[in-house]
Amino acid sequence: MKALLALILALFALPLCAQTEAPTEAIVAGLSQSSVSITADFSGAEIMVYGAVKRESAIPEGDPLRIVVTVQGPSAPLKVRRKDHRFGIWLNNAAVQIDSAPSFYAVATSAPLAVALSATEDLRHRITIPRAVRAVGISAEADNSPAFVEALLRIRAAEGRYVLRENSVALTQQTLFRTDIALPTALTEGDYRVRVFLTRNGKVVDRVERAIWVRKAGLERFFYQSAHQQPLLYGLASLIVAALAGWGASVMFSRFRW
Amino acid sequence: MQLFLPIAEVSVNAFLLIGIGGVVGFLSGLFGVGGGFLITPLLFFIGVPPAVAVATGANQVVASSISGVLAQLKRKAVDFRMGLVLLAGGMAGSALGIWVFRVLSAAGQVDLFVQLSYVVFLGLVGLLMLQESLRAMLRARKPGAQVRRAHVHTWVHKMPFKMKFRASGLYISVLPPMMVGAFVGFLSAVMGVGGGFIMVPAMIYLLGMPTKVVIGTSLFQIIFTTAFTTVMHAVSSQTVDMMLALLLILGGVIGAQIGAKVGVKLRADQMRVMLALLVLAVCGRVALDLVLAPDELYSIAPGSLP
Repeated sequence: MKALLALILALFALPLCAQTEAPTEAIVAGLSQSSVSITADFSGAEIMVYGAVKRESAIPEGDPLRIVVTVQGPSAPLKVRRKDHRFGIWLNNAAVQIDSAPSFYAVATSAPLAVALSATEDLRHRITIPRAVRAVGISAEADNSPAFVEALLRIRAAEGRYVLRENSVALTQQTLFRTDIALPTALTEGDYRVRVFLTRNGKVVDRVERAIWVRKAGLERFFYQSAHQQPLLYGLASLIVAALAGWGASVMFSRFRW
Repeated sequence: MQLFLPIAEVSVNAFLLIGIGGVVGFLSGLFGVGGGFLITPLLFFIGVPPAVAVATGANQVVASSISGVLAQLKRKAVDFRMGLVLLAGGMAGSALGIWVFRVLSAAGQVDLFVQLSYVVFLGLVGLLMLQESLRAMLRARKPGAQVRRAHVHTWVHKMPFKMKFRASGLYISVLPPMMVGAFVGFLSAVMGVGGGFIMVPAMIYLLGMPTKVVIGTSLFQIIFTTAFTTVMHAVSSQTVDMMLALLLILGGVIGAQIGAKVGVKLRADQMRVMLALLVLAVCGRVALDLVLAPDELYSIAPGSLP
């Protein structure tokens, strides 16, 4: 159904935009949803990124078209720590400050990454995971300790926060494409940046950017905001809840004699 | 049913949380302890961040202690005056503990400190309790053996600022109970526990209080220490997760009431041996994590902007 919708949208988009002066091949892209609400029963979300390639002339001969889609979550400063064996126990010893690392980063491609993207283009547009993470802000300190940065990438990949899925973008007739990006359950609030790259011969031909808003909603938002904006009242409220529960249980159970 | 926790920012099974609350509540009702020393490590284990586990654990202990103290109140087994003296010390200890917790969080050593506290205090108390209860069991088998004196005068009784504690039948200085209170308040802030497992033996052996008022009085003061700790954590680091606490409390208060009913049917010395073994088991589990090589040497913590 969504694919069909994408197809119709894409077909409409094609003639409409044809008049404007544009590169020989350009992307028209859309998202299945532009906002995600984290509610109490939130268990991850799947965002469909779809679109089409518009062109004025026939499909150029030679190397086929490739699509690379990236989704990047909000960045935050981090500290990566290493445990060492000291005094017979394992304890946190060395630490490296990372000025900023994205909380989520996914790459989806229509062909093996090495084929779809050349190293220079990766460097310029900061597309692959290590490039994107390093680009955002690695301190000099972290630059000298690659093991810590590797550990960051490894742990986040294991948590499903940094994902590389090659060949997961379906590209039809070198014109229509779609892919599904799964957002994990442990999602950080903020604006998620979606980038779609069109490449040929490993070179970026065109790119578009979209954004997804990820926000806590309902009860989640209420708890989170009150904990941060009214910490004292929130603390007292959690005490009252605890007191009522403790008292309620003892009253309830003294009624049922068993 | 998966539930996303707003402060901990992890998704966990709601029934698992109610279950954990229930089992811990059952044990706490059975043995007359708050159960914080079980719930906090269990929360670590299911992936709740340590800072949230400690703060929310304290909130859960408030509920189970209130439930417990109400039961003790019916038996007139609460020494309010002693409770208030312990509390005065407890507040000071708790404030200090919160400060230490923040400093250690910043230095990345809070996990280690919490784990070491667990190993040292649970190990110590577990061993003492095991030794004492096994001896009591042996004594019970040999009738005619020497009976322990109810009241022994120690250095504790020579200190100034004496006060009468009628419910406990004591006339002692307020300093030792204040120190005990401060120490337990400190532990409560750092370990997310009520500290009943330290408080109860300290009251019996150090202060010489009669056993019948010990549990009620300890619970009474634990309510306020943990309440203070909860609010302090909420204000200083926003780590109290109300949704997590609600589920734990729901399971906990029901479990505690069932545990208390079952507890009446068990023999006191057997129960103490079981509690001692439980405490030692938790201690061993935490110690193992420190000694065994971890699978992943690196860990990620939120950092601060330079």
